Amino acid sequence: MTEIERHSFDVLVVGAGGAGLRAAIAAHDAGARVGIVCKSLLGKAHTVMAEGGIAAAMGNVWQEDNWKVHFRDTMRGGKMLNHWRMAQLHAQEAPDRVRELEEWGALFDRTPDGLISQRDFGGHRYARLAHVGDRTGLELIRTLQQRAVALGIDVFMECTVTELVKDGDTATSTDKRVSAGGRIAGAFGYWRESGRFVLFEAPSVVLATGGIGKSYKVTSNSWEYTGDGHALALQSGASLVNMEFVQFHPTGMVWPPSVKGILVTESVRGDGGVLRNSEGRRFMFDYIPEFFKAETADSEDEADRWYEDKTNNRRPPELLPRDEVARAINAEVKAGRGSPHGGVFLDIASRRTPEYIRRRLPSMYHQFKELADVDITAEPMEVGPTCHYVMGGVAVDPDTGESAVPGLYAAGEVAGGMHGANRLGGNSLSDLLVFGRRTGLNAAYAAARLATRPSIDDDVVRAASERALAPFGIEGGENPYGVQQDLQEVMHNLVGIIRREDEMRQALDDLTKFKERIGRLSVEGHRQYNPGWHLAIDLHNMLLVSECIARAALERTESRGGHTRDDFPATDDAWGRLNLHCRLDGDDVAVTREPLPEMPDELRELFG
Amino acid sequence: MGYDLDMKVWRGDASGGELVDFTVEVEEGEVVLDALHRIQATQAGDLAVRWNCKAGKCGSCSTEINGKPRLACMTRLSTFEEGETVTVTPLRAFPVVRDLVTDVSYNYKVAEKVPPFAPEPRPADGAYRMQQVDVERGQEFRKCIECFLCQTVCHVIRDHEENKPSFAGPRFFLRYAELEMHPLDTNDRRELAREQAGIGLCNITKCCTEVCPEGIKITDNAIIPMKERVADRSYDPVTWLGRKIFRRDQLPDAQVPRTPGD
Amino acid sequence: MAAPTGTQSPTRARITARSLRTDRWWVYPSFTALVLLAFVVYATYRAFVGEHYFIEPYLTPLYSPCVTTECVEGSAHLGTWVGDWWPLSPAVLILIIPLSLRLTCYYYRKAYYRSFWMSPPACAVAEPHRRYTGETRFPLILQNIHRYALYLALAYNVLLTYDAVMSFKSPEGEWGHMGLGSLILVVNAVLLGLYSLSCHSCRHIIGGRLRSFSKHPVRYRAWGMVSVLNGRHAQLAWASLVWVAFTDFYIWMVASGTWSDPRFF
Repeated sequence: MTEIERHSFDVLVVGAGGAGLRAAIAAHDAGARVGIVCKSLLGKAHTVMAEGGIAAAMGNVWQEDNWKVHFRDTMRGGKMLNHWRMAQLHAQEAPDRVRELEEWGALFDRTPDGLISQRDFGGHRYARLAHVGDRTGLELIRTLQQRAVALGIDVFMECTVTELVKDGDTATSTDKRVSAGGRIAGAFGYWRESGRFVLFEAPSVVLATGGIGKSYKVTSNSWEYTGDGHALALQSGASLVNMEFVQFHPTGMVWPPSVKGILVTESVRGDGGVLRNSEGRRFMFDYIPEFFKAETADSEDEADRWYEDKTNNRRPPELLPRDEVARAINAEVKAGRGSPHGGVFLDIASRRTPEYIRRRLPSMYHQFKELADVDITAEPMEVGPTCHYVMGGVAVDPDTGESAVPGLYAAGEVAGGMHGANRLGGNSLSDLLVFGRRTGLNAAYAAARLATRPSIDDDVVRAASERALAPFGIEGGENPYGVQQDLQEVMHNLVGIIRREDEMRQALDDLTKFKERIGRLSVEGHRQYNPGWHLAIDLHNMLLVSECIARAALERTESRGGHTRDDFPATDDAWGRLNLHCRLDGDDVAVTREPLPEMPDELRELFG
Repeated sequence: MGYDLDMKVWRGDASGGELVDFTVEVEEGEVVLDALHRIQATQAGDLAVRWNCKAGKCGSCSTEINGKPRLACMTRLSTFEEGETVTVTPLRAFPVVRDLVTDVSYNYKVAEKVPPFAPEPRPADGAYRMQQVDVERGQEFRKCIECFLCQTVCHVIRDHEENKPSFAGPRFFLRYAELEMHPLDTNDRRELAREQAGIGLCNITKCCTEVCPEGIKITDNAIIPMKERVADRSYDPVTWLGRKIFRRDQLPDAQVPRTPGD
Repeated sequence: MAAPTGTQSPTRARITARSLRTDRWWVYPSFTALVLLAFVVYATYRAFVGEHYFIEPYLTPLYSPCVTTECVEGSAHLGTWVGDWWPLSPAVLILIIPLSLRLTCYYYRKAYYRSFWMSPPACAVAEPHRRYTGETRFPLILQNIHRYALYLALAYNVLLTYDAVMSFKSPEGEWGHMGLGSLILVVNAVLLGLYSLSCHSCRHIIGGRLRSFSKHPVRYRAWGMVSVLNGRHAQLAWASLVWVAFTDFYIWMVASGTWSDPRFF
């Protein structure tokens, strides 16, 4: 075997979105030698798609706001299934994380006093989202990117990690792709550009790979979102929590077909936009659940007054948490009251002036104008649910971000627990910052505490390269693009927004067949920048993650947040005390029930 | 309402390549990137093309379409005449890797050379204060999605490989301008903009502005104001004399303190 | 021969075409070149011909202010203090000012670099030059003192405004009259004024150079107004150029007796 390119770091961060960059910066600040590996170019990560803002109880607009209110909103939005400690840390630390960005050059929109302005969003009691127009994610990633560059952190762009390696791994686990050893020792991957392999030796690895949306047909996620981190963690022996909860963002574009799924920011509703069905009715008033009745307006007048006077009026139902809105839209379309292209109407044109819309929502204006020939200052948009975010992810220690595998950390979307059954808009960017920093720091500390560095067996590396190259050895096999399309179809149709037992069983049967199919994928061409080959490798991860979602969804016989069962439409208190964990058992995914961590009384009181 | 689209797509690598003909079925409302994806899925699985968000927000799918630098995801097929052949090539200012993918590392190297933001110390209560009117100029520049279309179209490096080491390019003039106009920044980067970023090489022919998918007025709002600032610092005989007299030029550049409001 | 550079560099995608653009990219540079050339030919002829540039109460902008002893009677509003040493037409002396403004103007630079120097002829069309040093060397480094051309031009605009005001006299020198020429001269002064004010250097000086707008609200407002004009800088550049030529042509025609100037009152 030819000598493989090797790099050695104290902390290796996989993924260069918000969480990965923030983790790398923190680890660097803690004195570690840090490397970042990312599948795309630096600065292209999915974080740029986040539009609305960063939720942080800074109290710049509403002084009544504080971390306890934010904590309460987050837990209620997550249907109380969140890990309370994560939600607490998140609410407490988010304001500092936002202010820190300013020190690194971020330019947020301002209040008249010159403070960071904050906007309204679904599920948040007060206007709380620090924002830059409707491109906050871009601002966040650029700020972190520029900070990382200023610190001189090594970035390996267009490099994909295919396997994690642990201390004491041997090559015998070849066919199972399941690692058995002890502490994390590093990661194995390939350069997309050349197809050559590379080995990173690091006693701490932070997964910050984002989500799984590419397993679904209609999604706001890009090709990168193939659940790599989820799968890597599973294969190293960590568990995934809450995988049944997948967030369908209520407002994705539905037309033209080529843009189906592209996100329409929640800020449209936060800034006054309303949802209407084909009869012109603001149907959200018909879908206010008991749980949120006390805090939601029940008349259009009250809802409209709320934008001006939040103290004496209740929130419009359009700003209910995303799961509620997505379900309502789904129900309207099913009842035949949808828009011509199978969505509903999102109307801001009739409610705000063109100048206001262009100033507050410039990229939405641009997006619809360019891609759909729709002028959102003059006509309503057509929108429908799109797969947006997975609440589930690697089960981690809330304070450190470490998984059950020593040295393996996870932060951001790939980590689980923080958002419970449903994530509130704006909480993901703050999640990235708060837990990115925490995992980065702790990964660095842990690496520094180690007396001896873990070692990597050459045979393990050889086995990993053989697995990666397998698709080149098969002639006339399956086309990876076709398999991906079929998988997306299955997940979309059978494990989508509304789920039923028989459909999910069907899905699991289909997924078993996919396991065979991805064993005989073949790709044309050679190793140099070959997207077909890259997809063939990613498909393994997509399949594994899809199975976790389907198995966990089948197990949870209730409806809650991002998991809606047609056959169990009610929320069940007994399930409210349980998390589902997925682990890899041989080739199969095993689901276990585990009790929710106990919330201390002083926090419990907030829900009195 | 599908129809067949004739395309020519450049395929090859640094050792050579050619425009390859494809006929691909496309639908109403689709963009060039959709057509490329369909070629990938059905005719050439190894066709290399970068893309991510497919919504004009990440700046990955920069290519040259019918000779013009553009985002493939934002170029609707309806903008072409019926029967028109759509030619797609990689960016022609950067080394080609494979097919439509180029090596854009030049840009990342330039980024490393821009001196970072150096803010005033935080006020006692921890919260910086800036007025909306003061952040708006910088916000326009920070809309940049780093698609590098402005870099690829800029003839200074597109037509003169030898200028690359001494020229930062429009994208980074945006960055210089953003920092120079940042209400909290304490550095003076004007000499660097001249000396290291080579702003004098720019002859303001405005192609960067023409191709910017974000509609940033790169030339009018960033490059020309930077040129004027450089003129303030280095070419204006009156201010030059003033500096001589007050001996301000004795200080290293990065430490020249700003006069209030300047 | 030296190694190929630019799009033909060995590392770039091997595409021999200078450009793959399918649109009529050559229209802008050709049209620009044509109009600019036409103006230069016309203005040069008129500047050197030294006649038909003044008829009460109109003085053509090409000869204003007329300050040498050669100036025809009545045209030297500011006196003939330059004296008789200037060997050429008085226009040449004064035209240096507007010429320097337009030569160093950020818009015209784009226009002539593209259309005359073909550097580049159009976006993504390879330029024919082997070497390129931009505005880093003499003489092009002088473009950096555009602001001084602006200062002079602003003073020159005052004189043109004065000429426009003087045109409200009757040919006999009485105030309160107006002819078509007066109107043309007013439009000329306005267009040239707007063109100068909309200049990028002006925008910089008036407020653009500030780091903080909020501390200078008046200059911020002024900057805002100049910025609006600046957005129309190219249009103003063309409009004022064409109008100057037209104004001169009109006065030429009137002064030579070819046309008569309609008097309104």
